[in-house]
Amino acid sequence: MSALMQLVWDRALEQRVPLSVQFDLTYRCNERCVHCYLDHDDHGELTTAEVKDVLDQLASAGTLFLIFSGGELMLRKDLFEILGYARALGFDVKLKTNAILLGEREADRIRDLGIRSVQVSIYSHRAEVHDGITKVPGSLERSLAAIRFLRARGLHVLIANVLMRQNAGDYPHVRALAAGLGVECTLDPTITPKMDGDTSILNLRISEPQLLRVYTDKSLIADFANEPVTDEEMLDARPCSAGHTACYISPYGDVFPCVQFPLPTGNLRGQRFGDVWHQSPQMNEVREIRMRDLPTCSTCSFMTTCTRCPGLAYMEGNMKGPSSADCEKSTVRARGMAAGKDVA
Amino acid sequence: MFFTRAGQLAARRVADEVVILRAHDSSLFVLNPVASALWEAADGRTSLDTVVRDVICQDFDVDPETARRDASELVAALEAEGLLRTSEEPMTAADPVAHEGRPA
Repeated sequence: MSALMQLVWDRALEQRVPLSVQFDLTYRCNERCVHCYLDHDDHGELTTAEVKDVLDQLASAGTLFLIFSGGELMLRKDLFEILGYARALGFDVKLKTNAILLGEREADRIRDLGIRSVQVSIYSHRAEVHDGITKVPGSLERSLAAIRFLRARGLHVLIANVLMRQNAGDYPHVRALAAGLGVECTLDPTITPKMDGDTSILNLRISEPQLLRVYTDKSLIADFANEPVTDEEMLDARPCSAGHTACYISPYGDVFPCVQFPLPTGNLRGQRFGDVWHQSPQMNEVREIRMRDLPTCSTCSFMTTCTRCPGLAYMEGNMKGPSSADCEKSTVRARGMAAGKDVA
Repeated sequence: MFFTRAGQLAARRVADEVVILRAHDSSLFVLNPVASALWEAADGRTSLDTVVRDVICQDFDVDPETARRDASELVAALEAEGLLRTSEEPMTAADPVAHEGRPA
């Protein structure tokens, strides 16, 4: 992050501005990914008018970065009306999509609206693996075609490669595919429980040896280092931006600290966003937590390097507890370092 | 001179500064309070002289001559960065995103 961008985030933190919001417009989807945590039935999505009202409120609250996602957001027939409204309100808009409904006409409209980037999920360079994960035959071919449409119009595209047991070895090929398309690629080994608490999909998480391979892959190790953080500085740190400068809004108007932190804090069908953001007891509880308040993590030897997610901890039953997935990542990183390897 | 915001930008006031992101290259700009005031007044219909008189000189401790000179330089700098457009005539559209779904 640039120093200037850090300055903006610091100002937002000081002023408690929800600078970044992910807004899922639907949970409906035209893929059935094996690792997905969502219930794809429509339980009463916000209407177009309700979405616009929420956007008005977010603009007033100071939100600049707006990520529209789903479900598959292109299933919303009013998507481009919403995008146009959001851009006219001055939001910096990014989209997350599987892109299988995105043709040349849609790519034109996305370009014309000044959307800053589009993230597309690609699980493998092999159609049988990608399509096996999405459960939609031909989906890899269609997603890649959409990426080409977007790139041909000069749009910034990011491939998101979620790692799971089925595709753990394919990421070097996906990265090469991304390079060939002229787009960035990000890897994510995080598989979360379903929203109803079902943890069966956690079996899809990559194994420790697979994770170790990723963390010690020299091609993934950045050529920069963060400033070292002391234990004392870390103890006063906020666990993450959730509830401080960022939050998540569901297609039903529910407000959560983060898409990965399903702690209900309010609903925009009955409450104003500003009231939820500033006055929700749950949001304020999240805000008050510092690392020193975490009984297990504050005494852990991995505290300064751990990427603990409070949302994952919450889903395991205690937002002040450890997240076992992140404990595993820290252990694997330490194992890599103990073996004398550089670790991502 | 009249001035309005250029297209393909995202902008929001954060505390007393306006933050602007340019979509095509993700460049970030943080305007100081005076430049922020100019940005927010850039509706294409209000002249720079009027903005200097009614906004800058009212809200900031500066004499009119200095304010006019500094504001002209600021507008030129923002135009050079592609953040503002200027014209000798009033412009009809201050909104950079002339597409469907725009707020009334």
